[in-house]
Amino acid sequence: MTITAGHAADASAEPTYPMPRGCPFDPPAELAQLRAEKPISRVRIWDGSSPWLVTRYDDVRSLLADRRVSSDAYRPGYPAQSPGILARRRNSTSFITMDDPEHARYRKMVISDFTVRRTESLRPLITKIVDDLLDEMERGPRPTDLVEAFALPLPSMVICQMLGVPYKDHDFFQMHSRAILDITMDPAETVRASDELRDYLTGLMAEKEAEPTDDILGRLAQRYVLTGELSRDDAVSMALLLLVAGHETTANMIGFGTLTLLQNPEQAAEVRDGDPAVVNRAVEELLRLLTVVHTGRRRVALDDIEIGGVTIRAGEGIIAATESANRDAAAFPAPDELDIHRESNHHLAFGFGVHQCLGQPLARLELQIAYPALLRRFPELRVAVPVDDIRYRDKMVVYGVQALPVSW
Amino acid sequence: MKITVDRDRCIGAGQCVLNAPELFDQDDEGTVVVLEEQPTPDQEPAARAAEHACPARVITLV
Ligand code: HEM
Ligand code: SF4
Repeated sequence: MTITAGHAADASAEPTYPMPRGCPFDPPAELAQLRAEKPISRVRIWDGSSPWLVTRYDDVRSLLADRRVSSDAYRPGYPAQSPGILARRRNSTSFITMDDPEHARYRKMVISDFTVRRTESLRPLITKIVDDLLDEMERGPRPTDLVEAFALPLPSMVICQMLGVPYKDHDFFQMHSRAILDITMDPAETVRASDELRDYLTGLMAEKEAEPTDDILGRLAQRYVLTGELSRDDAVSMALLLLVAGHETTANMIGFGTLTLLQNPEQAAEVRDGDPAVVNRAVEELLRLLTVVHTGRRRVALDDIEIGGVTIRAGEGIIAATESANRDAAAFPAPDELDIHRESNHHLAFGFGVHQCLGQPLARLELQIAYPALLRRFPELRVAVPVDDIRYRDKMVVYGVQALPVSW
Repeated sequence: MKITVDRDRCIGAGQCVLNAPELFDQDDEGTVVVLEEQPTPDQEPAARAAEHACPARVITLV
């Protein structure tokens, strides 16, 4: 074996990232140790490379906002999450893995659909979808899987309606989304799932070019594809990003968040009462505590960066561990506890810097409506299996519960 | 206190509007609009929260 210059001589001393979790509710304990002892240190990832793992809140924030870091998955040194995810990002390249000014050019094409005010206008639609799903759940058998009955269909229906994707095809795209977010998936399989989703969305875009529709993909087709500003291929990449990011994330916050609330009945009761100020803070707190997008934001340095007594060299990989930053006691007192009254909760669950989540106003609104509505409809809601039997999404880019059998 | 923003680098994340709705809005393209350049002392904490939260670091308070 050859040891490349610049890498620690004793590579075996580098911890492997991501580490397995101990308690399923908390990030791996090693992260707390690194925050205390070696807040910026090299870790070993699947491809044998040793990117820098950044674990403290202030450092994660400042690096993610630093214009000298790149999200470009084509750059050498980019620390990808898995071979499958790398293959998919290259197979379907969207603005989440581009740098400015390219990133900004694409992101601006869809920002107007995700502003705080525009999102707020969806409140009646989301409330109706929530009520209908809860009606159906109430009529259905007990116990039932909350993920299948509520957590997944809600954001899926909302994003379908916004994008103009027929919800009737949900089995197809949910199955494929799952495949492309699984870090254990064989790259060939990931690319196949990505290609199938792309074929599907390409057909849909072609229809929307021929016949205008009043939805995000329809507007993209008319305003940008037909005018030549955006190729159909790039439009499809954007559609795929929005479709996948738009439902898996929120779905896992609903499922895992509900479980967390049920474990904390006093705080759940306050959320059930529904005072908007309390609910809003509770949602931020759950976002922080659970940080479901959990295996670090992946970047590569464009220039030498001095930070925390360390020099990150141009071309070296960086993993900004938001799941660790959100448990940093320097930023959040008693960080491992759920405290729905926590003030000034500037968590990093949506990332930070120019790639900070585009859909966050939508995610917030969905969660702010979903939790209290669910708890009000079923005041006796409880987990219907021993908590130890619950299976978690360890191998997925978005963490959460695989299923949550509940009764009431 | 005076609020300035770099509209060209705004990414439309809307953190400003969430933290200080009296001081910031987003135009139809999602870009930040300052509603009140000179916040009252009452509004200064909200302005600071918005400055801290802005992920693109485009809000400056002087
Ligand atoms: C609770 C739910 C959600 C969480 C926790 C979440 C989390 C995140 C995170 C951490 C990033 C940053 C990625 C990076 O820095 O590399 C991100 C980006 C993104 N999210 Fe979300 N997200 C959520 C919901 C949504 C929804 C509902 C949409 C709707 C379409 C969405 C669309 C996007 C897009 C398009 C990006 C890329 C932004 C860019 O690169 O400029 N997300 N999200
Ligand atoms: S928070 Fe910053 S980036 Fe987001 S809209 Fe406001 S000014 Fe723009």
